[in-house]
Amino acid sequence: MTDTNVSFVRTEQIPPSPPPAAEAGIVKWMRENLFSSILNTVLTVIAAYVIIRLLMGIVPWFANGVWEAGSMRECRDILAGASGACFAVLVDRWDHLLFGFKYPPEAYFRIVIALVLLLVAALPVLFQTVPRKLLLFTGLYPFIAYWLIWGGSLWTPLMLLALFVLTAMVYRLIGEQISTDMRKIAAAVVGLIAGVGLAYLLFIGAGELGFIANSIGTSGALNTVAYGAFWLMSGFTYLFFIPMGIFVGYAIYNSYEGGGLVSVVTALLFLYAALTFVFGPVSDGLASVVGLELQAVASRDLGGFVLNMILGTVCVSLSIPLGIALALGRQSDMPLIKGVCVIFIEFIRGVPLITLLFVANVMLAYFMPPESNFDLVLRVIIMITAFSAAYIAEVIRGGLAALPKGQYEAADSLGLNYAQATRLIILPQALKISIPGIVNVAVGLFKDTTLVSIISMFDLVGMIRGPIQNATEWIGVYWEVYGFGAMLFFVVCYGISQYSQWLERQLQTDHH
Amino acid sequence: MTTITDTPAPASFRLSSLINDTRYRSYTFQFIALVAIIATMAFIGGNLVRNLAAAGLNISYDFLGAQAGYDINQRPISYESTDTHGRAAIVGLLNTLIVAFLGCITATVIGVIAGVLRLSPNWLVRKLMSIYVEMFRNVPVLIWILIIFSIMINTTPAPRAFKGEDATASMWFFDSVAVTNRGVFLPKPIYESGSLIVGIVFLLSIVGIFAFRRYARKQLYDHGKLIPTFWPSVALFFVPAILAQLVLGNPITLEYPELKGFNFKGGMTVRGSLIALWFALAIYTGAFIAENVRAGIQAIPKGQTEAAGALGLRPGRIMNLVVLPQALRVIIPPLISQYLNITKNSSLAIAVGYMDLTGTLGGITLLQTGRAIEAVLLLMLFYLTISLSISFVMNIYNNSIKLKER
Repeated sequence: MTDTNVSFVRTEQIPPSPPPAAEAGIVKWMRENLFSSILNTVLTVIAAYVIIRLLMGIVPWFANGVWEAGSMRECRDILAGASGACFAVLVDRWDHLLFGFKYPPEAYFRIVIALVLLLVAALPVLFQTVPRKLLLFTGLYPFIAYWLIWGGSLWTPLMLLALFVLTAMVYRLIGEQISTDMRKIAAAVVGLIAGVGLAYLLFIGAGELGFIANSIGTSGALNTVAYGAFWLMSGFTYLFFIPMGIFVGYAIYNSYEGGGLVSVVTALLFLYAALTFVFGPVSDGLASVVGLELQAVASRDLGGFVLNMILGTVCVSLSIPLGIALALGRQSDMPLIKGVCVIFIEFIRGVPLITLLFVANVMLAYFMPPESNFDLVLRVIIMITAFSAAYIAEVIRGGLAALPKGQYEAADSLGLNYAQATRLIILPQALKISIPGIVNVAVGLFKDTTLVSIISMFDLVGMIRGPIQNATEWIGVYWEVYGFGAMLFFVVCYGISQYSQWLERQLQTDHH
Repeated sequence: MTTITDTPAPASFRLSSLINDTRYRSYTFQFIALVAIIATMAFIGGNLVRNLAAAGLNISYDFLGAQAGYDINQRPISYESTDTHGRAAIVGLLNTLIVAFLGCITATVIGVIAGVLRLSPNWLVRKLMSIYVEMFRNVPVLIWILIIFSIMINTTPAPRAFKGEDATASMWFFDSVAVTNRGVFLPKPIYESGSLIVGIVFLLSIVGIFAFRRYARKQLYDHGKLIPTFWPSVALFFVPAILAQLVLGNPITLEYPELKGFNFKGGMTVRGSLIALWFALAIYTGAFIAENVRAGIQAIPKGQTEAAGALGLRPGRIMNLVVLPQALRVIIPPLISQYLNITKNSSLAIAVGYMDLTGTLGGITLLQTGRAIEAVLLLMLFYLTISLSISFVMNIYNNSIKLKER
């Protein structure tokens, strides 16, 4: 028997054979994701059909798009029956779509600067990694933007800014830097003024009620009581106000035990006085010396997408603090405050925004003193802010309710008072929970700013529906302009919602 | 140095307590707030009285009884331009309710389908649905309404395109439905004597379906007998009513729209504005509902499905008996607020000329009579009533399916 070695030992590893064709690469992916079952296959076919039909409509429409033409008729001539968009309308009316048709064209650059600066100002609010010092610029931004967009004298926003800074300084001074005795005296003075003010409010209220009762011509007890109060009040004006003030001031002086309220009230009183007596004359005087003027633009000349941006930004930023206040008010133990907040929130949430815009348009003027002259944009801002504040309040209330009770109790046991507990413990956590909801409301609100077109303001939709579609040369254009509008809104809203999802992931502190 | 503080004196009220004692301080605040509220109200009321006097106006709802003098093209109840503003407002209210109702149902159907499909294992369908949701959620509903309205006006044929031998357009469904740029013309049911009986039979058969299902469930729980319910329910739904219709000699007939002159006559007209508003609201809100549905289904832990599977339930039953009842609890509350949103957004009808409440009372009536305050207040009152009653009814339902913790 010869020693023949028939066994074979492979010395090198064989390369792995490729998986079966159906289990690899794109085929596997398609089998798993598109054709895993009969139902799935049917769905895939239907979806593919829908997509192909859509593309067959949209692609030639885009590809054949006419960018240079003077009118719809010219577009049709160029297309000669083929399906195609007439993008020439966008080129022709670009400025109108973005800035409205009344804003002076030579001032467009100011709006562009304001929008670019808005991005800079928003950066430190949106991203924690941006240097905190930029927040200073965010604080300055409203004044800069006001000057850039509305023009006029720089002194107006500058004076306002100065007054706010001074108010903050007064707050610091009263709160931290003066002796307790001085603070006691300050408290007494504040109490005196507040007492006089309160009595004055009572007087005005009773007087007006008497006036109303008298002019409506109610008869009987109501009229007698109201008119009697009116007579009584007007007869003893000084006898009533001043003792009331002295009484309140004395009471506060005697019982003052510290606390932050006095500095808040002092600062507010200071701001009120400065705004009423100092602001107008000083800024006018400065303006007459050194102009620093930009061409002034009236609010009603704002329009186009910029108007949507302005309304959205202003109303969202104003409604967040208002919403927080309403949410805290709704949680309050004080029945009156709670009641007012509940009624306000439920009323606003129960009616459509368009009715509130009607109020701004036709009704609000009746509620203001006859000589006052609010412009429409301001009235609309007031109503939209109230609207979104109610929704934001509900979102924040959800956040407050989601906090464990232990957080409130822990704050109490640390000896924090209401303001400290709310500011340091409750709100930071509640707001964090509420961020997605607040962003949802903000996106919804931004979209809802298009509703102002219904009360004949010329925002983006108003421009399209009015001056553009009614122009003889662009009659019959709709896909191009509405598509453009939809795209602008989509970019902004989708961007915001993606940001909110990113932020949610960033803020996640619990571990899963 | 004392470590023991005095026990606090029994709560005695001093004047300073009004500021320093948290027990009494709330009264001070509320008093100040009360004064501020009264003063504000009085200020607003006084201005109102003064402004009205200056304009020579008064607050009066007499205009509701005056002749309206304008026409409403979409009217669920009879209305002529010689009728009163009050009746015009009621027509508008009904129109609001109609579009809100249609919108809610359609949006729910679209939303549920899209929401379920977004969780589909099929990549293409999933992506298509997320494109749909993102596209509609991020663009104002007003733009969608206007786009769909423009499509309705610009791409549908004029009635005269249906005319003659060489008609370029044709009616759908055996010459019963005509889609034109003046609206969609549908057959209208005509109720003759005896149709009441058919209606009653139909209602009774619906009651019968519920009774049958109840009986089937009772059989299942008490005796363990499983009675099929689906096909008997379908049969109960259709058969008695159709039988009654046949036996009584067709008391309910359909009036078909016919082309006469340059327009369709007869039948029922649904204006393009209603369709635009309805579809736009349904598709827009459907995108939001799809997200709610998706979140609701995803909120159910996978263990629930697996546990049900381990018990031997079939996939259809797992969905019906385990996943959906739990998911509904998550889905219903946001769904309610979406329904409310549809109702409120239906006020955008004014942009396309659909005469809803905002178009009649808040639109033409307001402009014609100049009674801005009265009209807007009434408008708000109507919407408040609708909103509050929807949320009231839905809350009752919501409570009935709430997790009962014991």
